[in-house]
Amino acid sequence: MKYLVLLIGDGEEQPWPSLTEAEQGALMQKFGEFDAECQAREGVEILGGEALGGPSDATVMRTRGGEVTLTEGPYAEALEGLGGFYLVESPDLDTLVDCLRKLPRYDMQIAPVLDMS
Amino acid sequence: MTPGGPGPHPVLAQVVREDWGRLLGLLIRRHGRPDLAEDALAEALASAAEQWPRDGIPDNPQGWLTQVASRRLLDAIRREATAAGKAHLLAVPEEAPPRHTHGPGGTEDDRLPLLFMATHPALAPEVRPALALRFVLGVPTADIAALFLVPTTTMAARLTRAKQRLRAIGAGFRVPEEPDLGARVDDVARAIYLAFTAGYAPREGEAVVHVEATSEAVRLAHLTRALLPNTVVLQALCALLTLQHARRDARTDEQGGLVRLADQDRSLWRRDEIDAGLVLLQGLSPTKGYAEELRLQALVGAFHDSAATSAETDWAAIARTYARLERLTGSPIVRLNRAVAVAEVSGPMAGLRLLQVAADQLPGHHRIHVVRAGLLRREGDTEGARAAYDQALKTCPDGPERRHLLSRLGELPPA
Repeated sequence: MKYLVLLIGDGEEQPWPSLTEAEQGALMQKFGEFDAECQAREGVEILGGEALGGPSDATVMRTRGGEVTLTEGPYAEALEGLGGFYLVESPDLDTLVDCLRKLPRYDMQIAPVLDMS
Repeated sequence: MTPGGPGPHPVLAQVVREDWGRLLGLLIRRHGRPDLAEDALAEALASAAEQWPRDGIPDNPQGWLTQVASRRLLDAIRREATAAGKAHLLAVPEEAPPRHTHGPGGTEDDRLPLLFMATHPALAPEVRPALALRFVLGVPTADIAALFLVPTTTMAARLTRAKQRLRAIGAGFRVPEEPDLGARVDDVARAIYLAFTAGYAPREGEAVVHVEATSEAVRLAHLTRALLPNTVVLQALCALLTLQHARRDARTDEQGGLVRLADQDRSLWRRDEIDAGLVLLQGLSPTKGYAEELRLQALVGAFHDSAATSAETDWAAIARTYARLERLTGSPIVRLNRAVAVAEVSGPMAGLRLLQVAADQLPGHHRIHVVRAGLLRREGDTEGARAAYDQALKTCPDGPERRHLLSRLGELPPA
C-alpha cells in the first residue's frame, strides 16, 4: 500500500529555528536513519518527500460559485504545523510505523492512498 | 444436532470452537481482507452444516473449510472489483497455495498475529476486546453484545466498522517487533481484562455474572499466554483472572442477586483453580507498569481466596497491597477499595477519612456512598448510613446492584 505521511507538528521536538547547529545536525541525522530503515526493509520504498515552507507562506485556494479566491495561511488548524511530507510504499501500516519511529519525534498523520487504477 | 450417534454437527461445533482463530488467521494471512474474511468463513461453515450431514464428514474438516472459505473470499473480492469496474485488473489465482504448515506442532500459529490485529492501537480501545473475542475464539456477536450490554445490532455495527478500519489503514498481520512489542502485549492484556470485567458489570437477567463470556475471556488469556510464553504481563493477567474467576459460582444467589464477598459460600469456590492461580502468582516477582498493576490485583485476589472464612481475611496485607497499587495508578477506585480494607484493619473512621479523598476525586459516583454507608453503619451511625444509601440510590442504575442496595437499606434498624 501507499501512504502519505504528513509531518504536522513538532511533537516532542523543539521548533527548528530554536535549535543550535549541533542539534539541527542531530535531527537531520534522524531523517537519514529513516531512509536507511526504509531501504533495509522488504517492500518499503520512499516514493517522495519534501520539506515545506512555513504556514505563513501557504495559500488556500477556494472556488465558490465558480469564483476562485486565494487567502493567506493554512485552511485547518491541524495544518499550521505542517512541515513536510513523505509518500511511502509499505506492506502495511505497522511496518511503516516501525520505520517512522526513526524520524524525529514529530506528530504525524498517516493516510492510506486509495488505489484508483 | 440429531440425537443418537455422532452426527457431523458435533464435529463442526468442535471445529468452530477449536479452530476458528486458526482458520480465520490463515485466510487473512493468505488474502488480507480482515473486513471480508470472517463472512467468508461463516459462509463456509454454513455450507458445511448443510453438506456434511448429507455427504459425510470430509477427511480433513479444517482443510475443507479453508478451501471453501478461500473460494468464497475470492468470490467476494471479485464481486467487489466488478462493482468498481476493475475486474480486468484482478490477478488472483483460483487457489492460493498454502504458505506455511500451521496448527498443533507447526512452527507458526496464525492466532497470534490475529490477536495483535484485533487489538491494533489504531482501533478504539473499547472495540478491541470485542474484536479479539470474535476474531480469535469466534464468540458469536450476540454473546459479545450481551457481554458489553449493548444491542446485537450495535455490536455488529461496531465490529464491522473496526474490520473496515483495519482494512482501510492496512493494519499488519504480524507479531509486532521490538521496541513496540511490550506496549502491544500490554494492549492485548488490557483488552482481555476489559472483556473479563465486562462480564462482572452488574446486569439484568438471569445472572449477575455473564459466566460463559467471562470464561471465554479467561480462555483467551490462557491461550495468549501459551502463544507468548514467558511474558510477565500475561502471566499476571492469567493469575488475576484465574483467582477471580474461581469465585464465580458463589457470586450470585438463586434469585440472580449479588452476593458480597463476605457473604459468599466459600465451599463453592473452585479450589483447584485457586491453587493454579496461586502457582501463577508465586512465579512472579515485583515488576513495573501494567504487569505490576495486574500482579498487585492478583495478590489482593489471592489474599481473599486464601481466607477460609471472611473473618480470617488478612485485611492488613490487602490494605498494603492497595496502597502500592494506588501509588502506581493514582486511581480513585483503588483508593475506594483501600478505604474498605483500611476500615477492616483500623476501624470505620480510618476508612471514612480515606474515603473523603476518593469522594473528592469521584464526585457523584454511587460506590463512594455505598462504601460510606457501610462504614457508617458499622460505626453505629444508622442515620448517617441511611442518608448515604439514599445518596447512592440517586445515581445507582436499575439492576441487581440497586436491588442489593435497597435490601441493605431495609436491614438498617428503624429510626
